Amino acid sequence: MDLLKASFKDIAGAVQGKKVSAREVTKFFFDRAEKLDPKLNSYIQLNDKALDEASSLDARIVKGENVGPLAGVPFGIKDMFCTKGLKTTAGSKILANFVPPYDSTVVERLKKSGVTIIGKLNQDEFAMGSSNETSAFGAVKNPWNTDCVPGGSSGGSAAAQASRLCAGTVGTDTGGSIRQPASFCGIVGVKPTYGRISRYGIVAYASSLDQAGPMVSTVEDAALSLEVMCGHDERDATTSQRQVPRFSQNLKEDLKGLKIGLMKEYMTGSGLHADVQKTVQAAIDTVKARGAEIVEVSVPLTEYAVPMYYLIAASECSSNLARYDGVKYGHRAQFESLGGVDLEDFYKKTRGEGFGKEVKRRIMLGTYCLSSGYYDAYYNKACQVRRLMRNQYDDAFKKCDIILSPVTTSPAFRLGDRISDPLAMYLNDIFTVSTNLAGLPGMSVPFGMSADGLPIGVQLTAHHFEEQKMLNAGFALEQSSSVKAKVPHVY
Amino acid sequence: MIDHKALEHIAHLAKLYVSETEAQEFASQLSKALGHFEQISKVDTKGVEPLVTPSEVEAYWRPDEVKKELTAEEIVANAPARTGNLFTVPPVV
Repeated sequence: MDLLKASFKDIAGAVQGKKVSAREVTKFFFDRAEKLDPKLNSYIQLNDKALDEASSLDARIVKGENVGPLAGVPFGIKDMFCTKGLKTTAGSKILANFVPPYDSTVVERLKKSGVTIIGKLNQDEFAMGSSNETSAFGAVKNPWNTDCVPGGSSGGSAAAQASRLCAGTVGTDTGGSIRQPASFCGIVGVKPTYGRISRYGIVAYASSLDQAGPMVSTVEDAALSLEVMCGHDERDATTSQRQVPRFSQNLKEDLKGLKIGLMKEYMTGSGLHADVQKTVQAAIDTVKARGAEIVEVSVPLTEYAVPMYYLIAASECSSNLARYDGVKYGHRAQFESLGGVDLEDFYKKTRGEGFGKEVKRRIMLGTYCLSSGYYDAYYNKACQVRRLMRNQYDDAFKKCDIILSPVTTSPAFRLGDRISDPLAMYLNDIFTVSTNLAGLPGMSVPFGMSADGLPIGVQLTAHHFEEQKMLNAGFALEQSSSVKAKVPHVY
Repeated sequence: MIDHKALEHIAHLAKLYVSETEAQEFASQLSKALGHFEQISKVDTKGVEPLVTPSEVEAYWRPDEVKKELTAEEIVANAPARTGNLFTVPPVV
């Protein structure tokens, strides 16, 4: 079995059928990560118990136990997910030594389905960033061109998956953090409907927008991962009780009867890179050829999606990150003795040292938006526009099943290009943030290559809880993708 | 517009120490970003109820059961400073 090309089904079938051991598969990816990752910096930490954990899985299989649909599939986990006994930093100095006493629901469910954990993946600090350059543990490089960013905030997940430094990864997406890096690195990234996957044990950034999802090599692997990850969790009151479909068994590439919407606002904008335009056009031609009907739709308020997103996300983050106070866990500023220390100074110094620049900027932006005299003009106003935009999406989905669009305006940009201008970095998220604001499912499917050899994804968005239709459209595109099964050579 | 004085006030509210250089940099960057974000004021939102979460879930009851949660030792294990099972902090009053 060629493990660089093997699907989750291939690996799980072989491991459960004792044709290969979970330990051998884990060792293959672990060794690869150990050898190649110094070029990419996609891991913050490898799990030194990975091989032992794989061996216990093998022992259970020998006893005749069925260890789950992802038996022996090695995953890398974005460092936003709490992993019991394994450091979880959220890419921040303030959590540099935090060892969670429990597993996040996503990790618990992956483990229950037979996954082994290779390590924790690099990311923008607290998932705040679009290039993975805000990580306290250094920038991640794009495996297709190491002068370029892998995207963010799940940049480590995307880079590790693209170069197969694990078989699968999970990320989180608050404003595009799964879809944008998936596009930049040529992998499949899915952000399901808000409420599909439990947020329990995921370091909180903006709770009304955060959603976890798989970042993997194929649509089928994504569908299989979703079956394991999705579903109600009594520890997250916002999770839906709706039944989770058997996504992977229902995949079909025939799109007859499916209406695919092209959103006026996303298709006519200037500033779209020619290679992205070409890729989106090729995707439109492909879905048409596979029987889909193309219709035009409009969601005019997406014009305000970036302002809405940053006002709301910053407000929520300023509240969520208030918990980092140097008392219960995390970094604490050094004082000779606490006796004469003022509590306010204690907090300010601890937080000032522990947080990086982008996190400070967003905490302050949010604090300002929520402060007396500004709440109505910023936070409240943004939430009102949010409702109106969601209503417009509801109308658009009366005319179509899926909206097809670019993921970003350009392929991966160069390291250092946008980091000194926060607004330029924020505007990078123009096509992805509205999905989170409306709570819709969205995905990026690798489809084209730029003239410079960088992958380009196509974004598919569906109405609430219509992931199956979205995955089917992604599956159809994947069959004609020019990125499919390509693994970048990491020197 | 966020000037230096406003920035210091926000940093105080956010319980965040920012250096003199950071304060200058942040004041200009946040002013620029807010200048761009203010365009949402153009949207007519009269009488619109704010959407604070896209969740469709309504509150529901769950059985009132005793469950085994983390031990005190597991909870204080990550504390930067502790005295037994207590967190150590500067004098509060």
